[in-house]
Amino acid sequence: MTDPTVLLAARGICKSFIGFRALDAVDLTIRRGEIHALLGENGAGKSTLIKVLTGVHQPDLGVMELDGQPIHVRDTLQAQQLGIGTVYQEVNLLPNMSVADNLFVGRQPMRFGFIDRRRMEKRARELLSQYDLHIDVSSDLSRYSVAVQQLVAIARAVDMSGRILILDEPTASLDRHETEILFATLRRLKERGLGIVFITHFLDQVYEICDRVTVLRNGKVAGSELTSQLPKMQLVSLMLGRALAAVTHNVRRDRQEPETKQFSFKGMGRSRSVAPFDLDIGEGEVIGMAGLLGSGRTETARLLFGIDSADTGQAAVDGVPVRIRSPQDAVALGFGLCPEDRKTDGIIGDLSVRENIVLALQAQRGWFKRLPRRQQVALADKFVKALDIRTTDIEKPIKFLSGGNQQKVILARWLATNPRFLILDEPTRGIDVGAHAEIIALINQLCDDGMALLVISSEIEEIVAYSTRVVVLRDRVQRGELAGDDITTTKIMQKIAAEPGEVHG
Amino acid sequence: MNTRLLPFYATLLICALAYTACVMQFPAMLSTRVAGNLLTDNAFLGIAAVGMTFVILSGGIDLSVGSVIAFTGVLLAVLITKYGVHPLAAFAMALVITTTFGAIMGFIIYYLDVPAFIVTLAGMFLMRGMCFVMTTDSIPINHEFYSMLQGMYYRLPGGGRLTFIGCLMVLVFLVGIMMAHFSKFGSYIYAIGGNRTSAELMGIPVARTTIAIYALSGFLSGLAGIVFSLYTSAGYSLAAVGVELDTIAAVVIGGTLLTGGVGYVAGTFVGVIIQGIIQTYIVFDGSLSSWWTKIVVGALLFAFIALQRILVFLSTRRAMVNATS
Repeated sequence: MTDPTVLLAARGICKSFIGFRALDAVDLTIRRGEIHALLGENGAGKSTLIKVLTGVHQPDLGVMELDGQPIHVRDTLQAQQLGIGTVYQEVNLLPNMSVADNLFVGRQPMRFGFIDRRRMEKRARELLSQYDLHIDVSSDLSRYSVAVQQLVAIARAVDMSGRILILDEPTASLDRHETEILFATLRRLKERGLGIVFITHFLDQVYEICDRVTVLRNGKVAGSELTSQLPKMQLVSLMLGRALAAVTHNVRRDRQEPETKQFSFKGMGRSRSVAPFDLDIGEGEVIGMAGLLGSGRTETARLLFGIDSADTGQAAVDGVPVRIRSPQDAVALGFGLCPEDRKTDGIIGDLSVRENIVLALQAQRGWFKRLPRRQQVALADKFVKALDIRTTDIEKPIKFLSGGNQQKVILARWLATNPRFLILDEPTRGIDVGAHAEIIALINQLCDDGMALLVISSEIEEIVAYSTRVVVLRDRVQRGELAGDDITTTKIMQKIAAEPGEVHG
Repeated sequence: MNTRLLPFYATLLICALAYTACVMQFPAMLSTRVAGNLLTDNAFLGIAAVGMTFVILSGGIDLSVGSVIAFTGVLLAVLITKYGVHPLAAFAMALVITTTFGAIMGFIIYYLDVPAFIVTLAGMFLMRGMCFVMTTDSIPINHEFYSMLQGMYYRLPGGGRLTFIGCLMVLVFLVGIMMAHFSKFGSYIYAIGGNRTSAELMGIPVARTTIAIYALSGFLSGLAGIVFSLYTSAGYSLAAVGVELDTIAAVVIGGTLLTGGVGYVAGTFVGVIIQGIIQTYIVFDGSLSSWWTKIVVGALLFAFIALQRILVFLSTRRAMVNATS
């Protein structure tokens, strides 16, 4: 109000969705020339708060002031006109249009009433060169990698934001070099007096670049501090709302490798997908699968589960040769798969938590033997409790749950079928520290209960923590296996990066 | 080369091949007469197809086109012959009504979030029904202004006639091309067709644009109705049945993806001309049933949809290779 350094002040913001309070009297103050980290577990309300600030959602209660003037942001267009630029979590651009179009759509340079393409492309090149990006701006955006698309989205938002720039997990798909370019840009913008809101899961980045931290928990502000006055331990406990002791998930568990391997795959492969490999898994062990993005990890999972049919190779369960030509075959053999991209492959957004949980079990029983409603409810209740799925109601559509909780529902779906062999593809991607630890604990427990697990993950510490053996993939070929004391972060890294220059995918 | 242009080039190639094949069998087809007639005979189809191209580019569909053409024809006939309204005034009234009608459909599609297919299907029945409310007869239009417009043409060397309505179609296509690629409205259409959520988050006025797209399609359907009325000199409730499907065919053969976001207005022109060439061939042959047009168009549609799927597949695979290498 009277503090001239305050750029944007939001006070007492409340927002509810169908009986679920996403934001509860949240205050947020962004000052000029400040990079402000917005942290919190999944479902804490970060994305909702951003969407309220940018006019996608209207707050139920609360006021916002920009430069001391009260504002009501009706839609994203108005937010842009007010100088609030945003990069959303998933790249939100237009793959069918050129890079230059994406940068300037809605504000193209005009000449005689027509779009001046030449000038637009020239300005696009100038804009991108600030990010060390020298690409053909007249090509379709879809021709470029996700990292490039992310930089284009950032360049657009930065160019449009006169006063406030909001970045929702901008570094998730960037490599180290690209991240540094982004940070350099952010520091430059900060000197120009912009207020920057930075959402991330990487705590190191918070300490590297942010001046102030606001932590959200369960839709409320858990704390707002200067970064320099907030030790990391305290920050994590603010986020989790409990002592840090519970998060020590990176301690290696020693586990004996079982002697009998109930599931064996010999020479399985598919041309242009993944080179033939051998894999044996016994009940009561976790195989970790490490490798860079695009190294053939997901393709391996798809092959094992029968989504893609193998050109070569032989699978056997309990020593009996079997053919897996479709996911139905795999499910009948007691396999389960939690896919990598839960939004497109896993959850069915409009169905309730209960319906999502019973889906695989119902499919296994066949559609004519419908699970009685009472049994469905009992099952859903059991897993909601066992996995600590946070939802107000098992009849709530799953799309209203946070990422981590959606992941748990998918896990519950397969656990309900009592699988003998469970494949988890990136079970901890995009979920927060707390849910992370819970999923890892769950993997360990399932293994102790005698399940065979194959876990694909990009997080090597995590693989080290739970794996009995580790398989490393590179360029769609299995490059080696580590067991026992050989399973260390360094050794896995060495295997992944065996030859120089291959680290960046 | 840009793979998005491939369907367009394929269409051009097929058009050239078809024309060459026709000319080899009937050398008389290589004349300005045939060329002039191609434009005149397909003028109403072409004008309506421009509107359909924009609708499909935005990821929608407009099934009301044929009914709106018939409605316009009947309305003009009734106004001019029964009420003595001057054709120009009648044209203006027809265009206002069809444009408003399109805008209302766009409004319902956006604000009530109903699929365009259902809304325009309802619009199709509604407009066709309105024709019968006005009259069930075929009403001939005899007005000197009509005769004047019909008599306006430019004589090409070789005896071909570049008629008023033929020129009007070409003009509509030229304006359409400029609009698609050099106006903000055009870029909004591509943006919405590419990804509506992204477009909304990028601050594109999706509501306004959606309404404008269907209003434009209504306007061009009305204009096509006027051209059809000039072409046939009559208004008849059962005219132009299924024209919306012919325009969709022309748009798809012209290389526009039915899922939206990718395509060219110029391609639609070639799509219309291909259909015209097939019809002309049938007329020249004399022994073939006119249903052969539909059969050939059907086969072409299958071929083009297959081609588009293959191209989409190839380009996504290339993107994957790019991402991993």
